[in-house]
Amino acid sequence: MFNKLDSNDRYMMIFFIIMVLAGPIILAPFGAGYPDLLQRFAIFGLFAIGFNILFGLTGYLSFGHAAFLGVGSYSAVWMFKLLTMNVIPALFLSVAVAGVFALAIGYISLRRSGIYFSILTLAFAQMSYNLAYSVLTPITNGETGLQLTLDDPRILDGANATGDIPSTNLFGLTMNSTYKAELLGMTFQFNVGFYFCAIILILGFYTALKIFRSPFGLMLRAIKTNQTRLNYTGLNSRPYTLAAFVISGMYAGMAGGLMAITDPLAGAERMQWTASGEVVLMTILGGAGTLLGPVLGAGFIKYFENIFSKINDNVLHAWFSFMPESIENLLVGVLHFFVGKGWHLTLGIVFMLVVIFMPGGLVEGGNRIYKSLRRRFGNADETQAAE
Amino acid sequence: MSFLEVRGVNKRFGGLQALDDVNLAVEEGTIHAIIGPNGAGKSTLLNCFVGKLIPDTGTVTFDGQSLLGLKPHQVNQVGVSRVFQTPEIFSDLTVMENVIIPCLAKRDGAFTLNGWSSVDAQADIREKAEQMLLDVNMADKRNMQAASLSRGDKRRLEMAMCLSQDPKLLLLDEPTAGMARADTNNTIDLLAEIQEKRKITKVVIEHDMHVVFSLAQKISVLAQGHVIVEDKPENIKGHPKVKEAYLGGAH
Ligand SMILES: Nc1ncnc2c1ncn2[C@@H]1O[C@H](COP(=O)(O)OP(=O)(O)O)[C@@H](O)[C@H]1O
Ligand SMILES: [Mg+2]
Repeated sequence: MFNKLDSNDRYMMIFFIIMVLAGPIILAPFGAGYPDLLQRFAIFGLFAIGFNILFGLTGYLSFGHAAFLGVGSYSAVWMFKLLTMNVIPALFLSVAVAGVFALAIGYISLRRSGIYFSILTLAFAQMSYNLAYSVLTPITNGETGLQLTLDDPRILDGANATGDIPSTNLFGLTMNSTYKAELLGMTFQFNVGFYFCAIILILGFYTALKIFRSPFGLMLRAIKTNQTRLNYTGLNSRPYTLAAFVISGMYAGMAGGLMAITDPLAGAERMQWTASGEVVLMTILGGAGTLLGPVLGAGFIKYFENIFSKINDNVLHAWFSFMPESIENLLVGVLHFFVGKGWHLTLGIVFMLVVIFMPGGLVEGGNRIYKSLRRRFGNADETQAAE
Repeated sequence: MSFLEVRGVNKRFGGLQALDDVNLAVEEGTIHAIIGPNGAGKSTLLNCFVGKLIPDTGTVTFDGQSLLGLKPHQVNQVGVSRVFQTPEIFSDLTVMENVIIPCLAKRDGAFTLNGWSSVDAQADIREKAEQMLLDVNMADKRNMQAASLSRGDKRRLEMAMCLSQDPKLLLLDEPTAGMARADTNNTIDLLAEIQEKRKITKVVIEHDMHVVFSLAQKISVLAQGHVIVEDKPENIKGHPKVKEAYLGGAH
C-alpha cells in the first residue's frame, strides 16, 4: 500500500497508524483512554484533516463546515431508521449527501474569495441550522433531534425480537462493545466503535497525504499563493477550488456519519456556527497546511475540553485545601472562571498564545523544539572545542 | 493575415480614451516592441490580448482565432504566455515547483483531478522543468523558496515558467521596469539568448526605448492611446513624432 510513498512519508504514515491504533493504551495514563473521548479524537481529527485541504492547502477559510457535519449525521440516522443498523450504508450515504450539499454551497460561495467567501459559507450554514429547526422538522425532528425508535422499518434487518432498539454494527459486530483489560492497576478499554473510527481516520489521513503530494495538491497550494499567475498559466482555478471544497465537505460528512454511528442520534446544534469555528481553531492551533497539525489540534482541543470542563469548585477546593482558608478561597475564586463551563476562556488564552508565538501551530512548535535540541546536542562537541 | 492582428481597437475608461483606434500586425517569429510614455495605454492594450479587458470595439486575432471573450486561462491554452510588469510567481513554493506547474498545465490542460499520483512520479514533467532551469541558469536554486529570490531572479523564473510551456506568443509587459542597470542588461541578454535558442514570437512593452532597440525587429510607438508610428528600430530613433511624444508626455 505504501510502496509509492517516499521514505519520510512512509515513516510518518507508520508512526501515525501506530499512534492511532495504540491510542487506548497511550492515552489511558492521561485519563483519556475511554471510548467516548477516543471516538471524539478520531472523528474530529478526520473533520479537521478534511477542513485543512480547503483552508490549509487552498487558502479558503470556510465558516460553515459544521453544516456538512450535521448533514452527515442526519443521513446516517435515516439510514439506520429505514434500511439497516449496519454502519457501512450509513457511512456511504453521509459522504454522498454531504458531497452534494458541498457541491451546491461551494458552487455559489466560491464566486467570491477572501472574507466574502467566509461570510457566504457562514450564511449557508446558519440557514441550514435554522431550516433544521423549522421547515425541515419532518426530516430533522426539530429540537428533539432525530432518534431511533422501535417501529422504524429497517427493511434489511430481520424482525426485532428483543424489544430493545438495536445497536449499530458492522456485520453483527456491535459498535458499543468494549473489551477491557486490567494491567498495572490501569483499565484499558478497546472499543469496537473507536477502532472503526480509527480505521476511517487512517484511511482519511492516507488520502490527504496522497492529495498533498499530487499534482492536484500542488495546484491547490498554487491557488493559495498566487491565483493570478495560476490563471495566466492556463489553469482554471474555479474547478480546483470547487473540488477542494467538495472533498473537504465529504470529510466533514464522514465525520458526521461517524458521530451517528457511535451515538445514533442527530441534532441541529451540530451545525451551529460555534461548531464551524471549532474546526477552524483546531486547524490553526495544530498547524494549517501541515499534515499532522489538524489531527493534533483536534486532539488537543477535545482533550482539554474534556479535562477542564470537568473541573468544578469542589475539585479546586480539594486541590488547594492544604493552603490557608483565605488564600484557598481566593485561588478557587480566580480559577473558577477558567474551568468548568468557563474552559473556553482557557482555550482562548492558549489559542492567542499559540497564534502569537507559534504562527505555524503546534507542529511548528514541535519542529522548533526538535531543531534546538539537535543544535544543542548535535553541536555539543564543537561548542566545547570552541571554548 | 499576420500572426497577431489588432484592428481598430478602442477602449474607454469613463471620460478617458485609453486606446484610440489601435492597429497592430505582429509577424511570426519576430520581436515586436510597443513603446510609449507612461499612461500611453500600453498595459491596457496588452490586457485586451489576454482576456483581462474586453475592448469596446475592434478585433484581436491570433493565429486565425479571435482572442476576444476568452478567459486568461483559455488564452494561455491557445499558446499565449504573459510576463507581468511586477513578476507574478508562486512565492510560497519552491523554484522547481514554480516551473512544474506550467509544465503540468501544458500537459494536462486547464483542469485535471489528478489527486492520487505523486508529483515526484511525473518523470517527463520533472525532466522538462529541470532542463528549463538549466537553460536559465537557475538549476542550483531549484529548492529555494521563490519568495527569497532576488528581483532579477524572480523575473528570470517568471520567464522560465512562461517558456517551459513552449508558447507560440510571449507577451512581456515592461520586463525591466524598476530594475537596476545591471539587472536590466541581464534581462536584455536573457531575452536575446532565448530568441536565439527558440524563435518565439514576442511582444515587448517598454517605457524605456533603449531596451528594445537592439532586440526588436519592429517598433510601434503608442501615445495617448494611438499608434503614431510603426517602423523598424533604426527609423524610430530620429523620428520627429516620437521625440515629440516622449518630450510632450514626459511632464
Ligand atoms: N482599469 C482602469 N480604469 C480606469 N482607468 C484606467 C484603467 N487602466 C488604465 N487606466 C488609465 O488608462 C491610461 C493608460 O494606462 P496604461 O495602459 O496602464 O498605461 P501604460 O502601461 O502605457 O503606462 C492611464 O491614464 C490609466 O490611468
Ligand atoms: Mg504599464
